[in-house]
Amino acid sequence: MMIRKLAVTVFLLALGTMAWAQGSGPVLVNGAGATFPDPIYSKWFDEYHKAHPAIQINYQSVGSGAGIRQLLSGTVDFGASDGPMSLEQLAQAKIKVLHFPTVLGAALPTYNIPGVSQELNFTPEALAGIFLGTIAKWNAPALARANPGVNLPAKDIVVIHRSDGSGTTYIWTDYLSKVSEAWRTKVGKGTSVNWPVGLGGKGNEGVAGLIKQTPNSIGYVELIYAVQNKLPYGRVRNAAGNFIRADLPSVSAAAAAAAKSMPDDFRVSITNAEGKNAYPISSFTWLLVPARIQDPRKREAITGFLRWMLKDGQKYAEPLAYAPLPREVIEKEMKAIAQVQ
Amino acid sequence: MATAAIPVKHAGPGWGLRALARRLRNGDEIAHLFTLVFAASVILITSLLVYELWVNSALARHKFGLSFLFTRVWDPIFDQFGALPFVYGTLVTSAVALVIAVPVGLGAAIFLAELAPPKISGALAFVIDLLAAVPSVIYGLLGIFVVVPLLREYVQPFLKATLGFLPLFQGPIYGVGFLAAGVVLAVMVVPFIISVSREVLLGVPGDQREAALALGATRWEATWKVVVPYARTGILGSIFLALARALGETMAVTMVIGNNPQISASLFAPGYSIAAVIANEFSEATGDLYLHALVELGLVLFLLTFILNGLARLLILATTQRGVGQE
Repeated sequence: MMIRKLAVTVFLLALGTMAWAQGSGPVLVNGAGATFPDPIYSKWFDEYHKAHPAIQINYQSVGSGAGIRQLLSGTVDFGASDGPMSLEQLAQAKIKVLHFPTVLGAALPTYNIPGVSQELNFTPEALAGIFLGTIAKWNAPALARANPGVNLPAKDIVVIHRSDGSGTTYIWTDYLSKVSEAWRTKVGKGTSVNWPVGLGGKGNEGVAGLIKQTPNSIGYVELIYAVQNKLPYGRVRNAAGNFIRADLPSVSAAAAAAAKSMPDDFRVSITNAEGKNAYPISSFTWLLVPARIQDPRKREAITGFLRWMLKDGQKYAEPLAYAPLPREVIEKEMKAIAQVQ
Repeated sequence: MATAAIPVKHAGPGWGLRALARRLRNGDEIAHLFTLVFAASVILITSLLVYELWVNSALARHKFGLSFLFTRVWDPIFDQFGALPFVYGTLVTSAVALVIAVPVGLGAAIFLAELAPPKISGALAFVIDLLAAVPSVIYGLLGIFVVVPLLREYVQPFLKATLGFLPLFQGPIYGVGFLAAGVVLAVMVVPFIISVSREVLLGVPGDQREAALALGATRWEATWKVVVPYARTGILGSIFLALARALGETMAVTMVIGNNPQISASLFAPGYSIAAVIANEFSEATGDLYLHALVELGLVLFLLTFILNGLARLLILATTQRGVGQE
């Protein structure tokens, strides 16, 4: 008897839930992808949920690669990536995927040289040389010339890079591929690469930890991490020939320079951007949205969020140390939202 | 509906529904059924695991074949994948761990089981069991903040100065590397060796000790020549348990090994292990071949564990057949 009662109750409950889900209950949207914008995405989805209680967006920061895979296999409603999908990936995908830039980030060189407290200047050639292993000592001419008056030691450089696949590595290697022919042909760009030299640390914290511990080391971390942890970091010479310190204005300047030539699908790399004050190792990060969403309520929820993110959401970027999108890009994206059907 | 039409009657009397219910009410049948299912599920899960690893590594297996095992390059950008540096790193760090952990663990177990007063032995055993339960990321942090600086500032310069003529202790000193990973692994597996070996030593019958002592052996002679050989199988078992843990350890290793897929004779050099590279690169792996290569690494690790466990079995068999003091 007990069992039959229980079965009836469960059945009725299930029926009720189904009716509720079909009707005007909350819309559940799932996304997965990049870890780098996770803090701002969490903030956005939280704020959006407060403003629109009927819509709940879940985001798993599983990494850009996993985000793309899950989107293409249909297990999530949208993806997120720190690098745009390649033409090859887009061609292989069974669904059409649209890119929507959300905010900007940057990677920067941080180092630990006992006895050197000044902010160092790095030329693109010096950075490429260090990470290729062709510049092996801190007092090498390429470094000394860019840093007059700094007493650089005659010590071996210890290179530290990310060991886990990451968007930060993508930005860093994308930049090195642009400024160094040797890097492009020997190593290339990606979320994980075959590093010619160095030690790997897991995550920004792993890289920063190794640098802190290892005398005469250099590595790269993302801007937010460096700002939050007050790491010392160097200036990088941009395409216009100025040494630029990474911060929100200089990253925005890089985006503004790229905004004029933004392609229609928003798949653009803005490393080594033109512009007097542009920080050269900057990048957009993207939401990946299918061009065709069957469920009308999910489609409404996603496009609604995109509009909100471009209009109201951008003000949350700066407090979290992300650079907001330039106005031209926002306008262009607003028009592109209509492509989601 | 068709199944309901089959008459139950024609089944034998013992298999009728009512008889079945009666049999099931007898707890033994239920217990038998459930334990059988649980036991079978272990085998099922293992076979599913191998099947999934096999299927999802197909691209990499077809493209690289056996050369996957002997290639040194790991380049996700140019789609070149070889497992050799990772296999090497896994084996070297585990070997270093055992070289350190076996004498320490065995010594501690002998002290606790044979020499220490029972009160101290019990208390220490409790602490050691606690150590075995500490999450590996904690050992990784311990490695980064304590072991690595100690190695870089004191141990490695000392080894280089004294034993620097050996290729094992040459090259630049970073702190992180094979040695650091081996030391951290040793710290992690010592509790297993102590805990299991102590239990085994305590299980040696008192007659054995007393007989040795009666024959005029000193306490140490009785321990080393009678008790330890008697418990040899169990001690070997504890060592292989430790080895299994060292081979598969991921988090603590990736935090201190340096994560650079290279093969170097020097223990000071940075390396990489199979478990560490899978954990590091899986989530960001783009491209099917890359993903399949990572899964194939998992398959290689599985095989490695399988082979080493098989060897352990053989070793235990060989030693028991010689039959020193076996029951």
